[in-house]
Amino acid sequence: MDAIILQILNGLDKGSAYALIALGLTLIFGTLGVVNFAHGALFMIGAFCAVTLNKLFSLSFETVDPTRTDFLGNPLKVKTPYLVDWFGPEVGASLIDWAVPLSILFSIPIMIGIGFAMERGLIKHFYKRPHADQILVTFGLAIVMQELIKHYYGANPIQTPAPDAFRGSLDFGVLLGFDPNVIIYPYWRLVYFAFAAVIIGGVFAFLQFTTFGMVVRAGMADRETVGLLGINIDKRFTIMFGLAAAVAGLAGVMYAPINSPNYHMGMDFLVLSFVVVVVGGMGSLPGAVAAGFLLGVLESFASMNQIKSLLPGIDQIIIYVVAIVILLTRPRGLMGRKGVMED
Amino acid sequence: MLGLNKKDSTLLLIVAAMVLLAPFILNPFPADSAMAQFNAGYPDLMQRFVIFGIFAIGFNILFGLTGYLSFGHAAFLGVGSYSAVWMFKLLSMNVIPAILLAVLVSGVFALVIGFVSLRRTGIYFSILTLAFAQMSFNLAYSVLTPITNGETGLQLTLDDPRILGVSATADGGIPVTSLFGMEMRSTFTLDAGAWLFQFNTGYYFCGAVLLLAFYLAIRIFRSPFGLMLRAIKSNRTRMNYTGLNTKPYALAAFVISGMYAGLAGGLMASMDPLAGAERMQWTASGEVVLMTILGGAGTLIGPVLGAGFIKYFENIFSKINEGVLHQWFAFLPDGMENGVVWVVEHFVGPGWHLTLGLLFMLVVTFLPGGLVEGGQRIARLFRRKSTEPQDGATQSHPAE
Repeated sequence: MDAIILQILNGLDKGSAYALIALGLTLIFGTLGVVNFAHGALFMIGAFCAVTLNKLFSLSFETVDPTRTDFLGNPLKVKTPYLVDWFGPEVGASLIDWAVPLSILFSIPIMIGIGFAMERGLIKHFYKRPHADQILVTFGLAIVMQELIKHYYGANPIQTPAPDAFRGSLDFGVLLGFDPNVIIYPYWRLVYFAFAAVIIGGVFAFLQFTTFGMVVRAGMADRETVGLLGINIDKRFTIMFGLAAAVAGLAGVMYAPINSPNYHMGMDFLVLSFVVVVVGGMGSLPGAVAAGFLLGVLESFASMNQIKSLLPGIDQIIIYVVAIVILLTRPRGLMGRKGVMED
Repeated sequence: MLGLNKKDSTLLLIVAAMVLLAPFILNPFPADSAMAQFNAGYPDLMQRFVIFGIFAIGFNILFGLTGYLSFGHAAFLGVGSYSAVWMFKLLSMNVIPAILLAVLVSGVFALVIGFVSLRRTGIYFSILTLAFAQMSFNLAYSVLTPITNGETGLQLTLDDPRILGVSATADGGIPVTSLFGMEMRSTFTLDAGAWLFQFNTGYYFCGAVLLLAFYLAIRIFRSPFGLMLRAIKSNRTRMNYTGLNTKPYALAAFVISGMYAGLAGGLMASMDPLAGAERMQWTASGEVVLMTILGGAGTLIGPVLGAGFIKYFENIFSKINEGVLHQWFAFLPDGMENGVVWVVEHFVGPGWHLTLGLLFMLVVTFLPGGLVEGGQRIARLFRRKSTEPQDGATQSHPAE
């Protein structure tokens, strides 16, 4: 029992990332009808927003402290971050410590800007082109983004720590009445899950309860009629693209402490997220979220030792096996709508 | 000639001449001149041109004719490589059985994967093939280590049985791949003044296979079968309405293109007998898509051009570094030189992939027909210019 709970928890953080990326992919697909292969790159750029802010905050200048010496006997050089100098040791240090959560604020305008630029500059010209062309051009864009990041940040993963307060682990089992130290779960992953839940809830609420969301949903159902009613649906869809980019970026920002960002993390996630979208059903938002969590949890179950000894290698392929089975038995995915992407 | 019409025979002859004379054509600069780094006429690179050309021709039979975009073709290449290396380990160092096995095994693989994947179309098909390829890649890395040797990659060793050959040569080395005694790696070097031309057995073997593969592709393109595949691309539903089951045709195309990929994999292993899982990764699948699109999907010569183009620039661009750039732009004033070098160096050396990505976006956006379409447009431009003086200023052109 405890092992099962542990695996479910383990699956949740990866599942949250899949769900967030898949949500953005589905939003773009449902509104603009574009298959966006650059979405993983947006996730990666989000993670690098966190890296950037972390680096900016830790920018420091060197002073020589004549009272102390280093091990060679020379006067010790002390590095002081500018922030500490400006805001005093306490506020400065905690700002640096909280760099990752703060980069949420920093990344939202950046991601929305990138989203707008992408949609207006490139994707706009591909509405009428076949899906293959859309896949190919966004694939090219993903390569470009990836290489730019690699050029400026290097090819190695960059450690981006979570704030001190979240660095430990929670003994989750005790809360449920198990023995101590059976179910240990890092705080940050819990935070990630809660964050993902809030974002997903926010997006759904935005679509469900605001006038803007209503218009967007109407546009997803029948773009032409909404346009005939005198509503500028293109503008709203562009905003949705920016929103989807922001969701992917936020997923990346918060993922940075879990897995040190490197330039190809987006591509690794993209392939899986596409599988998630297809399993959930192309164009279905709840489907994308459900499939994200489902596949994340399944993946972590498959990496249990008992299961691995029964079916060796299953942890490597479980997601793909599930995808193949679902695509062949339920052609529209778990919650796919009729008439979406059926040719 | 050989059942081809005049135009196709000319094309085949041109390709044959290019393959035959490649060591000359690709080596236009004297060996010790400053431009020598643009020479591509060395065996390793020429072999890659030809092998990836075969791979792209095969991919084009599927994508160019039927319109099914497979994102998992590298899996067949990897399977082909593994089977060829196993043949070298178990049977003999002769490349013929290795390549035959590679084609056969990848054909069987393609049959299984294609049978399942072709139940869906469009993006679902792409995702299914991607899923299968990633599965093979992950398995090759983990559980199948006894067969694939995991991360190290499959290599020849001294204690392989090699029933029809020898486990080790007389001087205790691992034997090299050969075709009935002709070693693949043997190279004949011709010194012609300042030029150095290299003629490699392995390259010419690959070249012969390329010509065969190209000839078969022409025949497929011109056959009723090829016409059927094109019909599937333009309207599959309508084909179904005429009472025709399109699936066997699409499956046949899938298997053929899988076998081409296996052939390329087998050749790759024949030139350099090792195989690694990274050949099956989805980036490798993406690369062959790039080649085909860049050259021109659905055209005969396009994929070969695309493969050559990408492999050439991959090799040459990655060799250019800051020092070389400073040498080139030395004629500019100093400040400007540094500026230009700073901009350009983003795109060369390790930044080559950035160039590739940009190029790819530009081609898909402005030139969906690839290099072949670009060539046709330029040709049309010239033809118009030369006819204009004769027929007067305005002239209407037939709609394309």
